[in-house]
Amino acid sequence: MTDVPPLLTTADGRPLKAALASAQGRARRKAFYLVAPLLLFVVFSFILPIGQMLHRSIYHDGFSSTAPNLSAWFAANPSGTEPDEAAFAALAADLAEMKKNKTAGEAATRINYTVSATRSLFTATARKADKLQPPFKEALLAEDAKWGEPVIWQAMRAASNPYTTDFYLIATDRARGADGGIEQVPENERIYLWLFGKTFILSGLITFICLILAFPIAHLLATLPMAKSNLLMILVLLPFWTSLLVRTTSWIVLLQGQGVVNNILVSLGMIGEDGRITMIYNQTGTIIVMTHILLPFMVLPLYSVMRTIKPSYARAARSLGATSWTTFRRIYLPQTLPGIGAGALLVFILAVGYYITPALVGGADGQLISNLIQFHMSKSNWSLAAALSGMLLVGVLLLYWLYDRLVGIDKLKLG
Amino acid sequence: MALPVYADPLERVWYYTYHAICVAIFVFLIAPILIVMPLSFNAEPYFTFTTKMLTFDPSGYSLRWYDLLLTFGMVAPDAARDSSWWADVWQNATWVRAAKNSVIIGFWSTILATSLGTLAALGLARPEMPYRRLIMAVLISPMIVPIIIIATGLFFFYSSPCGIVGMDCGRLTSTYTGVVMAHATLGIPFVIITVTATLIGFDQSLSRAAASLGASPSRTFFKVVLPLILPGVVSGALFAFVTSFDEVVAVLFIAGPEQQTIPRQMWNGIREQISPAILSVATILVLISIALLATVELLRRRSERIRGVTPQ
Repeated sequence: MTDVPPLLTTADGRPLKAALASAQGRARRKAFYLVAPLLLFVVFSFILPIGQMLHRSIYHDGFSSTAPNLSAWFAANPSGTEPDEAAFAALAADLAEMKKNKTAGEAATRINYTVSATRSLFTATARKADKLQPPFKEALLAEDAKWGEPVIWQAMRAASNPYTTDFYLIATDRARGADGGIEQVPENERIYLWLFGKTFILSGLITFICLILAFPIAHLLATLPMAKSNLLMILVLLPFWTSLLVRTTSWIVLLQGQGVVNNILVSLGMIGEDGRITMIYNQTGTIIVMTHILLPFMVLPLYSVMRTIKPSYARAARSLGATSWTTFRRIYLPQTLPGIGAGALLVFILAVGYYITPALVGGADGQLISNLIQFHMSKSNWSLAAALSGMLLVGVLLLYWLYDRLVGIDKLKLG
Repeated sequence: MALPVYADPLERVWYYTYHAICVAIFVFLIAPILIVMPLSFNAEPYFTFTTKMLTFDPSGYSLRWYDLLLTFGMVAPDAARDSSWWADVWQNATWVRAAKNSVIIGFWSTILATSLGTLAALGLARPEMPYRRLIMAVLISPMIVPIIIIATGLFFFYSSPCGIVGMDCGRLTSTYTGVVMAHATLGIPFVIITVTATLIGFDQSLSRAAASLGASPSRTFFKVVLPLILPGVVSGALFAFVTSFDEVVAVLFIAGPEQQTIPRQMWNGIREQISPAILSVATILVLISIALLATVELLRRRSERIRGVTPQ
């Protein structure tokens, strides 16, 4: 042990340790080069677009770019300064510019997000902007007394910086109060958090129904002989492979007022001609159709876990005197927990972000948060849509991280 | 699962109840898919079985909705059905054009997703791969992130002419390239998952053996690795194709009138005026998915046989 061992070298005389390290580095680089093209592609077609979209949720230059003079005044004077004649002169100059460039609507839209019913204030004053004479304060106040309100000035000061948290405030049903503090909007205007809550509750309900329906058939598939279970498996996989729109169409055909299910019920005399049940274009429709679409995602992980459970444990429990219920509850069920966890998390993650089915069969009360994002997109409320997307994305990524920790994404299987 | 001989009466009752429940759930799964088939042959413009259909009266059935798929959108649908009529169908019929678009977009996005995805899966399967877990999570995430978020992001990204890069390469909205890129992104997770699963059973010493015998890396890949992982690659490609073939939200956001696909056309049909023509499209799509499912199942068994994995 006292002798220092001679340094091990490779045939060309390099220290073995260094040679090994460089060989390993080369192997790592080689592996990475194989992944690099795809990674680059995903960065450009997935990560950058989403990042850019999220940037919109904190950036809106609708006011700051159309009112440069006033923005400069705000930058020069600290918050709390009473708007003086210089401020009103800057405002008048900006309004005249807005009239020329027809951008009063853009500026008004930005202010309207924080103070409602201010649209006409901007558009109407801008229309007469070039007729305004100094002193501008009196001239503008004569045009509309609202120009003197501190709320408007506060909103304009906030909007003069294109970076803002306003859209996240709106998306969480909050607003800046008159004193600048953050407060909740009145009860009857709180829609976003409520819809987030509803989306999560409905997704939870759908996940639960999927679990209840998937458990028996996964168990049957796992305990049948291979040949039979492979045949029955087709009944699970076929819906999985069938177009989403086809399945949604089929459910409309089955469930609508003059549809197959109602007709059967009427012809059996179970309901009257005028008692046809509304099962589609409402929340019930969303739940039924989404359950059907997501069910295979629950059956497959449950099945692959149940296949590995040895029947001898259950037999041992029975031979030791346990009833069949106790055997199920104490022996079988705990062993299926990994499958339940994997399936439930996957179904929940997919359900939270669902768009197509609620849009087609949800009617008025079966809409989820994705549909609201689309609604704001179609109304060009892009920053608000981006803020809502950002919140949904954070929720989904947390669940995804949980899935990776508990199940591992490399355990994800398809069919 | 046979009923054990020692089962008591209660267990016997439960045994039959349990099987009845299972049958009901299987009916729930499969009935909606099968119900559209007979209804697509309805002679009347209804979505329910007419009395004539229930009594199997031939006059209750017709091919009119399939015919409508060809004639809808044509310039001269009532002309004599000669070669110029068929040329008209090929050029102008709405559903035929949608089908052509679906196939073109599906084909190119599958090629893109499968080639890049297979290469990446080979890298990810190497034990030396750095940040393996993180990169895998990123590559699978297009499957997890809500489609509305992806579509919204792509809409903005494609509308600004290559905004972030600062290059002028034109807008990608309303182009085939844009839709193909979006669909390829959505198909990538499926390719990664299936190919990675195949590579788990792949014996790395085979490629080392090929290298020791003097084969170049590309020769090793095409002669040794690819034939062995081909079933996984093909089923990944099929998944990617189906993903593109069934995708509607990205098309809604970024495609123009020239890139209308079958799902986009169905979306219109369901939202605006639902006609039984939709059911005939649905029937054709179900038949396609049955064919694809059969192919994937055969491939899976073949892959298990090649790799010597006994089916469990």
